[in-house]
Parts: sequence; structure tokens; C-alpha cells
Amino acid sequence: MARLIQTSDEPFRSVEVDLVTLDLIENGLRNARYEMDEVLFRTALSPGIREQHDEFPLIANADGKMMVGQFGLSIPDFLDNFHGDIEEGDVLLTSDPYSCGAAISHANDWLVVMPIYVEGRIVGWSSMFGHMSDVGGKTPASMPTDARTIFEEGVIIPPFKLYKKGVLDDDALRIILNQVRKPDWNRADLNGIVAACRTASRRIQEACARFGVDTYNSALDALLERNYRAMKILLAMVFKEGETISFTDYIDDDGLGYGPYELKLSLTRHGDKVVLDFTGSSPQAQGPINYYINENLVRMFFGIYMITVADPQILWNDGFYPLVDVVIPEKSFWKPTYPAALNARNHGIGRVFDLFGGLLGQTNPDLLNAAGFSSSPHFMYSGNYSTGDRKGEWFQLYSIGFGGIPGRPIGDGPDGHSLWPSFVNIPCEYLESYYPLRVERWETVADTGGSGLHRGGNAVDVAYRFLEGGTIAIHDDRWLTYPWGVNGGEPGARSRKWLERADGEVVVLGSKVIDVPVAIGDLLHFVTWGGGGWGDPLVRDPQLVGLEVRRGLVTAEGARRYGVVCDGKGAVDEAATTQLRSTMGAGRPHPLPTFNMGPPLATILERALAETGLPAPRAPIPL
Amino acid sequence: MSYRLGVDVGGTFTDILLINEDTGETHLAKTASTPDDQSIGVLRGIERACAAAGVTVAEISEVLHGTTVATNAILEGKGARVGLVTTHGFRQVLQIARSFVPGGLAGWIIWPKPEPLAALEDTVEVIGRIGSAGEVVTPLDEDDVRAQLAVLREQQVEALSISLINSFANPAHERRVAEIAAEVLPGLSVSISSSVLPELREYERTLTTVANAAVQPRVARYVANLESQLREAGITGSLSILRSDGGLVSARFAADHPVNLLLSGPAGGVAGATWVAEQAGFPDFITFDMGGTSTDVALVQNFTPRVGRETKVGDLTVRATSVDVRTVGAGGGSIAHVPPLTGALRVGPQSAGAAPGPAAYAAGGDQPTVTDANVVLGYLPSELAGGEIALDREAATKAVRTIAEATSLGSVEAAAAGIIDIVNENMYGALRLVSVQQGYDPRDFALVAFGGAGPLHANALGKLMGSWPVIIPPSPGVLCAYGDATTNLRDESVRTLVRRFTEMTDDSLRAILDELAGEAQATLTAQGVPEEHHVLTYAADLRYHGQGFEIPVVIDIDTFNGAGGGLTALQAAFDLEHERLFSFVLENEHELVTVRATVSGPRPDLSAPVRAEGTADPGVALRLKSPIWVEGAEVEAAVYDRARLMAGNVIDGPAIVTEMDSTTLVLPGHTATVHGSGALLIRPVTPTGPGDENSRNTPDTKDAGPTENTENTENIENIENIENTEN
Repeated sequence: MARLIQTSDEPFRSVEVDLVTLDLIENGLRNARYEMDEVLFRTALSPGIREQHDEFPLIANADGKMMVGQFGLSIPDFLDNFHGDIEEGDVLLTSDPYSCGAAISHANDWLVVMPIYVEGRIVGWSSMFGHMSDVGGKTPASMPTDARTIFEEGVIIPPFKLYKKGVLDDDALRIILNQVRKPDWNRADLNGIVAACRTASRRIQEACARFGVDTYNSALDALLERNYRAMKILLAMVFKEGETISFTDYIDDDGLGYGPYELKLSLTRHGDKVVLDFTGSSPQAQGPINYYINENLVRMFFGIYMITVADPQILWNDGFYPLVDVVIPEKSFWKPTYPAALNARNHGIGRVFDLFGGLLGQTNPDLLNAAGFSSSPHFMYSGNYSTGDRKGEWFQLYSIGFGGIPGRPIGDGPDGHSLWPSFVNIPCEYLESYYPLRVERWETVADTGGSGLHRGGNAVDVAYRFLEGGTIAIHDDRWLTYPWGVNGGEPGARSRKWLERADGEVVVLGSKVIDVPVAIGDLLHFVTWGGGGWGDPLVRDPQLVGLEVRRGLVTAEGARRYGVVCDGKGAVDEAATTQLRSTMGAGRPHPLPTFNMGPPLATILERALAETGLPAPRAPIPL
Repeated sequence: MSYRLGVDVGGTFTDILLINEDTGETHLAKTASTPDDQSIGVLRGIERACAAAGVTVAEISEVLHGTTVATNAILEGKGARVGLVTTHGFRQVLQIARSFVPGGLAGWIIWPKPEPLAALEDTVEVIGRIGSAGEVVTPLDEDDVRAQLAVLREQQVEALSISLINSFANPAHERRVAEIAAEVLPGLSVSISSSVLPELREYERTLTTVANAAVQPRVARYVANLESQLREAGITGSLSILRSDGGLVSARFAADHPVNLLLSGPAGGVAGATWVAEQAGFPDFITFDMGGTSTDVALVQNFTPRVGRETKVGDLTVRATSVDVRTVGAGGGSIAHVPPLTGALRVGPQSAGAAPGPAAYAAGGDQPTVTDANVVLGYLPSELAGGEIALDREAATKAVRTIAEATSLGSVEAAAAGIIDIVNENMYGALRLVSVQQGYDPRDFALVAFGGAGPLHANALGKLMGSWPVIIPPSPGVLCAYGDATTNLRDESVRTLVRRFTEMTDDSLRAILDELAGEAQATLTAQGVPEEHHVLTYAADLRYHGQGFEIPVVIDIDTFNGAGGGLTALQAAFDLEHERLFSFVLENEHELVTVRATVSGPRPDLSAPVRAEGTADPGVALRLKSPIWVEGAEVEAAVYDRARLMAGNVIDGPAIVTEMDSTTLVLPGHTATVHGSGALLIRPVTPTGPGDENSRNTPDTKDAGPTENTENTENIENIENIENTEN
């Protein structure tokens, strides 16, 4: 339990805050949060943060409640786990999920927390974490898909003071950076994160100077209260008293050959409150896919799903948390026991979105999207240059891929896009300038989006030609179970990876592999998965289907899934289309099922090898 | 006599400004814009201005023009149908669009993805590959090129863009495709990415090239048409167009890279503000241009606008050099509303626009807007609207009352004041973007306000920013035309290198800089500016090796004199800027991404207008006293006629100053002094708080820090001019 050192013990006074001042302060918080992003993006060195924006900022009130941000971090949990004094000028750092109540969920994420002082009192906290491309350990990028414990996942930094009263702890940083493969990246990224937190701190201090500390603090209370009230109304509006809804989805394998893991989420409203319950999910995995999730993060994800229909202009904060109870069973996928491996938890994070989508969509059609590209598949490539000016120099790439956004109530899912906010791909020309590789294809794959009235977005095929020998690693999922469709939409296509060796041999790769040797001239096809379709494909405008054939997003063969007959140039045969649609429509159930998950799981497992080139995973065994 | 003619075509009005080059005397004309063919309005305006001034068109030596033709083509989706040639494997570069989805978590659920600027069915790919070092990996397959171009011919595209992978390193394949296109698609205008934007990052380069192609036919037609009409009307003076970066380019060059004209309009405003600030003697200032639907702001240091590498128009962001103007969707037409769930007071981003407009315009609008709030508070008295639009005070009050009723704000005046506070805060956010967030203290800057609503809100923004004085230009409604007429010819040449400092020497970089300078100078020479009048500046975009973003740094060419101090000095300048922006430096190696040479012609030698001297007492200009609502109470405000004010007059707030196309509000505790140039300088009487702290900004010539595009020599000349004027 941290002891907070404040030179003034004057309590905050609760004062009246007029509506306009309240909105001014809300606006200021929003600006400060975006400024944090800006500072880090512009200074970071690692491609993961610099180009892809894998970072999450937060500004909290004096009690540690999130006022603005996107990871619902529990600063109270963090402080409970920190033993020592916290003073003005201190900056805390940790990368240990087990020491901060899962405020972060794997050791690649470095979390910085700093108190914001005004006249000797803590008025708030600024915090940010970013994904470090490498934190040491047995494999480049520090994400061993075969790890069983966190000790295999690189340096694990316990919560400590990186800056003590404004003075950097050089020795500690030196020891930490000695563990990692690209210390200059970590140093720059960490600098950027600290600079971003300090920027936020300055903005809050300016707000306090402008409005007065008591007004500022009282305004935050009012903003929390505003969220509480809004959510209370929403919950009563959307969920029936006492009715339990639930939804189940899967992670295909755990990197050690076990799977699929069942992930279940249920919701029940009792009076003002709802309970989100993860009971029924698989026990903790052998491999590193466990997603150790903080209860407040669950609350925040839930809140964000609700907000998109309610009032997109509100600044979402922790105020509504008392209205949401979260039940996470011990020793489960969501709450593994120390020292379980955690590095590959990104599939779980992604699947939370599908879980909430499938769950909340049942009671609110505006929220029911198909399943999509609910992850952030990773590609890593590293080695040493063998020739040229850089001979002997180490290169290391960590890159996030993107796939099909699902079909949505408002329309088609974009092809090859990100579900994650502000993530972008690393440009081909950038990759080729900085790494010994050539991108030979960067396209979405026709027909990989699930058919529907609103088509699922297509998957992406990036083909990397390696110009140096080295090793590659892949983190992906949905190679076995399908990205489901909704309201009559069909599932999207599953992900695939294969190597075409320079000698012509073709090797199918698993979706979670590390240390795969590659030679000069080898070609990797990294194909993500497509989004599920939304609504009845047989009522999609045939001319639009034809246009998409012309655009190369759907093939003439694929058009038949919409009951559309056309030639390779997308010219639609109206009569044949009417005929085909009537044949396909006959004998379908009415209404069409809400969810289409593809064939039954048993069938999927049975056909795995034949269809994917990979053996079916073995059933998970509890530890 | 010899006259310069500034022409600014806006959405509603075409402004014409005739300047006598010898006396600085000006004549204004305002006519309705003619959107279908802007040149009609332009010609009509010119004739009117000349008639009013008693000048013959033959006396016009130069026509200087800011145009929104390119901007509107993008905003209204009226660009040409563009065919796009890409590298094999990259046909979907615009479809994938870097995979970016705007908004927060779950933002993807509600995001309507815009269609690519070049349709996928109008995009082809060709076999042939250049490597990142410029080496040919696969030769261009010319048969394939012909076949693919034939596809585009069939698609009946109206313009062609070519953007191949790594063309920034070697443009050979792109140029060859263009040659073949001239045979297969004769007569079609062609944009080549290595020429439009020779920079690394294929998506941004492709998008910029396609945007260029999309607006090119329209711009070329317009410029040719306008030129011939000017000739027919007997105007023999040359025609120049204002580019987004604030430099002028002769008409025949403007049509080559029209993507550089997308922000011609706002650049004119910034250029005009610079002229006004020069007259008043304030080298560092922020511009504040508030219109009906949006507000543009930009930072100017040492009379040099900061220049950015991105241009944003609507949903489109392209890489083209432009004055670093930030836009926020807040203006006089912004609508106030109260979402029932939260009871918060929001202003915008929805706008009543010109139609139906604010409730006070009585043209069908009944939603409460910022203008309505101004009317309710008495800042825009109905009898002072200049007769253009009668303001319906009752309708405004009725609309604003809906806000009072939906909130706890009590009175209709309190609701109006709340709306003003919130819209001011939104604009304050934009002003902070260009100042605080770039490491500049706004208290070191003046604030130059213009646009329809700028002078009304400027005093309040000055208070929030601590930026003094707030400068209200004479004739704020025609400031863009002023900018068009008072800036200089300019061109730049850019190259992407992506080279670590250890991979270069002073001499190797100097050779590249000289080459770029030669290219840019050739263009200016071709436009008739003799070489002895060229002013050359150099800049580089630098970063630490491995960073994803570059910081622009001015290159001091004198340090590249062969003595070996050039790269070291450049490195030090970058570290300084990094420290200023982000409060830390790294020990990583430096890397140079792009270099550019900018060449400018001389600024026109114009005399400043001078207003007759008066005493401190503005009494002669007093029209009446009128009640207004400020700081929660009704007070009596003096209302002045700006045309009758004299230099040296001091107006005590609360006061309102009216003129034909603008209204200025002076708040209590502030005074507005009439400067000799006619500008109003608003300052607080005494500092009253942190936000009210008196500006540290004084009319001096202090040495400015680095900006992106500093034209040192020229600035020194300007400063000397000012000193002379002041003395």
C-alpha cells in the first residue's frame, strides 16, 4: 500500500460548478488525453508505437478514477501493490501484470504512472502504457508462443520509482535495458511515455490554476456523476430485469497444441445494477494465451459498447463503475494463477470485443455486428545482416496486421482495416527502407468477407520476400473457428499462413509460431481473416455485387453466395440471378438464425487437417 | 499609375482590392460570387473596382488571386474521374488506406468509410518493380502497361495518376508509364507521384497524386479561362495564383500541381494578417479567422507563417506544403444543443450554415446558434447590421430560450453567455494546438482576428490566451484579398533521402541543396523574376534514426561552406527543437528524411495606408449607446462607427465598433487603440489574473526561434521597414 506524501493536508472543498465550467473542464481533459498520444507518436522509436500506435493513455482524479482514457486502469490497484512513499516528482514504472491487479496484461506493456500535484496536494494521476517491441527473454519480440510461465517472457519490472522526486534512477534503468534486444527503442519509447504523462500533468495543473483546485475537483465529481446517471438510465432501458443473456466464442489454440478454449460471458440486470459474469469460460491455459483481465477494464469495455448508441459526445469515465459487478472465476482463462504465461493475450483482448458484440447485440440491434477482425495478429522478423554496410548488424521487426471489419448495421465492413483505435499499418516503403525484405503483395483477398446484405470486410494478404536469413514469429488466431455472421450473414474466411521456400517447397505455418528459420528468397504469405456478414445476402443489390466483382473484391464465383449470377466483369444476368435467389431462398429457416458460426465444432475439428493443413488441437487439460 | 489587384473568391462574395503601388491607397469592391464560373464574378468585380477608383484596366500591372476552385472540387466531389496506375500487388493501396479507422474503441461500429478518391475499378497495376534504394528489381513490362492503360481508356477516366512503389527513389518507371500513356490516352492530364510528392510512404504519396489529378482538369480550365477573359477585358498585367503555402505562382505553373492550391483561401487570410501585423509592428502573432461554420487558426513567427507538410480539406488529408492552418468546426452558425441523457451543453459540430442559417436571419432556421447568442447578448444589435441582413432579435431569443429551458442556466442571457463561452473554448482548443502544443507560449504572441465573426469573439479569446494585443485589421472582411496582393512569388523543390548523418558529408548534402535550389530558381526565373532578386532558404525534415515522425529544421546554408560544420550545426538545431517540443533529446543517430530549397521573389514594395491623426477621444465616431450583457449583468456599451475613427483614438470597453462587414466587441476592462494603419489594438487595462496577464508581446524586432520556412533576409528588410514606419 503506497503512502502518499502531500505537503498540504487541506481537504478539497466541494463547490458548486456551473454547467458551462463543467463542459469546459471536460473539453480540457479530452484535449489533454489526445495531446498525450501526439507526444508519444512523434517521439517513439519502435515501429509498434511509432507507426502502429500500440499505446493507451489515461488521466485520473485524485482517487485514481479514470476521467478520460481507454484502458480503465485501476490506479487504486496499482497503489495497493506499491509499497513505499509517493512524492511530488515521482514517476512509477512497472511491467508486471501480477503486481498491479492486471492494470496491464503482459510484460511487453510498460506502464508509467505519475501523481499530479498542485500546491502540495495530489489532484490526479496521469498514466500511459505502451507495447515495447522487445523486453528480452528467449525469443525476439519477447512473445514465446510456447511459454508456460511468465519467467520465459523477458524482464518483469516490479512497480518502482523510475524518477524519484524528479531524478532518474539511472542504475535501475540500465539494469532493465540490459535485458532487452533493442535498448534504444525501449529508452526512446519510455522517454516518450514519461513526456506524455508530464504533458497531461501540466495541462491538469493549468486547469487547476485557471478554474481553481476546488472547482476542478468538484467538476470531476460532477463528470463522474453524469456518467453514473446516464448509465443507470441506459441499463434500465436496454436490459430486462432478471433476464440472463450469454454468449460464447473461442480462442482456437494456446500455442502448445491445446484448444479450442471456450470463452463465455453472461449478463444479468438486478435493479440498478448489472452483473457481467465470465463463469463457464475455460480454465487457465497451459500456453501463453491467458488474458489476465482487470475488472475495471471489463467495465470500461462494456461502457464503451453502450456509449456508441447512447451519446457519442460524452467523455466516458469511471463514474458508472458502481453499477457494474464483474465476476471472474479464479484459475480461469481470465484470471490465471501466478506465474502463468501471459504474452499472447492479444487474442483474448480481441475476443472480448466479439463477446460484447454478440452479447449486447442480442438486446440492442444497433450494436449487433458480425464477428470481425477482433485481434491484432503479429508478425516478427529478425536476424543479422550478412552483407553490405550493415554486415553483422541486428535487425528486428514487430508489426501488426489487419483484416476484415465485420458487416455492421450501418453498412459493409471496411476491407483490411483495424478494429483498434488509431492503429495504422507500417508502409511498405518504410519496411523496405529499414528491413531486408520486399513486399510483393499487399492486397485484400476477394471473397474472404462473409456474404450478407452488408458484406464483411475482406482479409489481407501481405507477401514478404526475405532478403536476409533470420527467424520469423507469428501470433494469430481464427484459423480454426469462423468469424461468425449475424442476422442471416455468412461467416468470414479463416486466417492462413504459409511459406514458399526459395527452393519451391511450400510449408503451412501454424497461427502461433516462433523461431521459424527463413532463408534469403523465402516468401511468407501472411493472410488474416475476413469479417462476418450482416443480414441476408440474397437481398443485397445485385448491381452492387456486380460492381464489387469489377473491383476485384468479390469473384464471379463468390457472387453466387449472394445468389448473383454475373460474368468476370461483373455484368449481372438478371434472370439467372432471380432464378438462383429463389432456389437458394427456398427451404431456409424463417427468420434466419441470429448467429451463423459455420459448421458445428465437432465437424470443424474433424476437417481441420484437410481444410487448413494443420492438425486439430487437443482438448485443453486443466492444470 | 500602376496598380496591383488582389482577388479573393469566397463562397458568397468575391472581394476585389485595388492597391496603388505608389501611394498605398486602396479601393475595395465586393460582388456576389458566381460559383458556376468564378471568372464572371471576378471580371465584374474588377470592372466595378476600377470604375469606383477611376482607374483604367490598362493600369493594372498584376492580378493576384486566391482561389477555391481546387478546394471546392474536392469538397463537392466534383473532381475528375481519375484512373490510377499502381505497382503489381498494390492495386488496393487506397482501399486499404493504411487500415486506419478514426474514433475511439468501438469507433469502427459507426464509421462510414469514404470511397477512395480513385475508384478501385479505375485502378490498375503494372508489372515492374523498383527497390527501396532505387534499383530495378523487375523491369517494367511495357506490353502490360499498354494493356492496363487500355483498361483505363475503356473506363473513360478523365485524368490519370501514376504512383509506383519506391518511385521516390527512382522515378524511371513512372516516367515511362507516363510516356506510354501519352500514346494510349492522348490528351489526358497525367499526375506522376515522383513529381507531385517525391516522398517515402506509398499511401500518402498515392493519395496526394490522385488528389492532384482529380482537381487538375478543373483548375487548368479555370485558370486558362480567367486568363483569356482578363486579356479580352484589356488587362495586360500578369496573373498569379496564391498557393497553400502562402507563396504566389504564375498562372501557367499553378495548373501543373494544383494539389498545392487546396488551401489557397486560408493562406490568403494568413498572408493578409501578416501584412496588417507588419503595419502595426507585431512580428509574432496567431491568426484567428472565424466564419459561419468553421474557424481557421495559424501561428506566425517573425512575420513568417509556420508551414506544415499536410493539407486537410474535408475528409481528405494530402501531403502538400501549406500554411499550417488548423480548422475547428466552430463558427457563427454552430448549433447549441443539450443531449437529454447527460444534460450537457454542447455547441456544434452541427452548423446551421448559410441556409437555413441562424434563427436571427429569419430564413427558416429555428435552432439556437452562436450568432443567435451574440444577438441575445446585444453584441450584434439589429439596427447595426449594415442593412445586409436584418437580424430578428425575437427569433434569436426564442431559439436560445430552448437552451435555458433544457439546462439549469436559468435566464436566456445566461444560456447565451454559456453558448459563447463554450464555442470560445472550442476555438481556444484550436489556438492551443498551434501554440502551446507546439511549444510556443501564446503570451508571446498577438492575436489577429478576422472573418465574419472573428472580431466579435477576439477579445474573449485574447483573454483566454493571454495574447495581446488583439489586432482587428482595417476591413477584416477583405483581408484575404489583401494577402493575395501583398505576398511574393515562391517555389520550392523537395527530395526524400532517408539518410543517416554518418552516410553523408557536408559536401554531399551541399551538392543536393544546390541542385534543388537550381530547380526552384529555374521556375522562378521562368516566371520573370531575375535571379538577383531570388531569396533562397533551405530546410530539412529530420528525426532520430528509427523515429516515425520528422521535425522540420531550417538549414543555415552558410555552415555548409566546406569547413565541415554544416551537419553538426544541423544536428544541434534539431536537438534544440526536439527538446523544445518534447522536453528530451536522445543519443540516437540523426537521420535526414527530406530536404527542400525554397526560393522567393521580392515582396511588393507597397506604401502603407495611413489614417488621419486624432486625439485619444473617439467621441466623433460615437453613434449611440446600447445595452449589452457581459459577465452576468447588463451594461451600457458605446457603439462606434469604425469609418470615422482616427489614429490615436482610444475606445474604452465595453464598446462595439461597427463597419460594413464586421463588428468588433471590446470587453469591459479593455481598451482598443486605433493604430495609424487603421488597425484596432485591443489590450487589457490592467492584468487581473493568470489568463489576463499582460502580454509579454511588444512591438519589437526580437530574434525569433526556428520556424519551418524562415526567409531571413527578407524578414530583416521587413523589420527595417517597420522601424521606419514607426519612426
